[in-house]
Amino acid sequence: MTGAFLAIVGRDLRLAFRRGGDTGSVVAFFVITVTLFPFGVGPEPNLIARIAPGVLWVAALLAATLSLDRLFRADHEDGSLDLLALSPLPLEVLVLAKTLAHWLATGVPLLVATPLLALLLNLPLQGWGVLLAALALGTPSLSLLGAIGAALTLGVRRGGVLVALLVLPLAVPVLIFGVAAVDAALMGLPATTPLMALGGLLLAALVLAPWAAAAGVRLSLES
Amino acid sequence: MSWWHRLASPTRFMSYSAWVLPIAGWLAAGCIGVGLALGLFASPADYQQGETVRIMYVHVPAAWMALFCYSAMAASSAGYLIWKQPLAELATRATAPVGACFTAIALVSGSLWGQPMWGTWWVWDARLTSALVLFFLYLGYMALAEAFDDPTRGGKAASILALVGFVNVPIVKFSVDWWNTLHQPASVVKLDGPAIDPAMLVPLLLMAAGFTFYAVAVVILRLRAMVLERKIQALQRQLAEAR
Repeated sequence: MTGAFLAIVGRDLRLAFRRGGDTGSVVAFFVITVTLFPFGVGPEPNLIARIAPGVLWVAALLAATLSLDRLFRADHEDGSLDLLALSPLPLEVLVLAKTLAHWLATGVPLLVATPLLALLLNLPLQGWGVLLAALALGTPSLSLLGAIGAALTLGVRRGGVLVALLVLPLAVPVLIFGVAAVDAALMGLPATTPLMALGGLLLAALVLAPWAAAAGVRLSLES
Repeated sequence: MSWWHRLASPTRFMSYSAWVLPIAGWLAAGCIGVGLALGLFASPADYQQGETVRIMYVHVPAAWMALFCYSAMAASSAGYLIWKQPLAELATRATAPVGACFTAIALVSGSLWGQPMWGTWWVWDARLTSALVLFFLYLGYMALAEAFDDPTRGGKAASILALVGFVNVPIVKFSVDWWNTLHQPASVVKLDGPAIDPAMLVPLLLMAAGFTFYAVAVVILRLRAMVLERKIQALQRQLAEAR
């Protein structure tokens, strides 16, 4: 089972990187969204530093949502999803493998781009470590929640907007604890509690989300 | 066949719902009428909040109903996904707009209440924010249920979403509580008895009962219309094949 799992992760990663556009456009979207905020609220450095954690988190959330459309859709349209579902691998594990590949291809590049944006937003240095840790714990949860939305909207025309409507309300807890962790670090308080809450959310999503997403994929294969 | 299998067969449903519908409708009218009369005229004004406290008789039952309708949707979604009851899926679909309306009423009346009490129409308070998220979940459910060309698939996908939302609602609720709160804590459902005067509690509970009967009546009405609609579609298909 491990071999099949890794094979699917490898396949999806190769597809993502050889096509190239996916990762690049997600990171570009992230960077551009963040750079829009100083234009919107004015270039005052203290204000920008104050809102930086929230801006980075919201931009990461939107960028992660934007890329969800590619998680299952291409495979659904060219029929590979049917073949993958025929393999002895349980569908839940297959969904988990594809979600992991999605996170590696879109979540990790966001993490890499974050320090540069934190610099641009004047985020004080003491918040950087916690920001990266929080994003590292939070973005996999976003991918897992997003997998549910992506699976349920398979077969819907113009599903992209619908995915955002389904997934963004569910992502509120991740956003709250993610920003709380960075704010605590900026005030010199220990960020352990919100980070542990993020870890707890990740564990819960890891256990429950593949089930729901697999149910959605199974539904799209029936018809 | 167990009792709920029989209860859930569309033919049976059409016969017993014809009885239940007027009963629920009249009970709703009676409870809301008496509750409003008691609440607006017979009950005392609050010593702190004055006359504005009367907004409570609409706001609190609407907020209860918002949660109650979502729980009912989750229960009937589970019933549909586990026991494949087609009526359960229709029931979820019929309940969604009712629940969304109650959530909207709770949000609007809360906003109208917040203006004189807190001096602002909206605060990013825990209760308000989690009610807003609940409203978005209702919208998401309705959008997904209508997004498919094939209604059966839309029903299944939306049922899964309703269950996912049901798991997530408490998490959203607690995380938002932890985030920020200004709203008063619960004062009716408490372990050591309600912290509210009977003169206010009676109209409040009457309004809650009336809202519940109203929701039951509207859901049954919508459900009957849906069953008939499916029946018409089936007949049209038969007619088209016969030609």
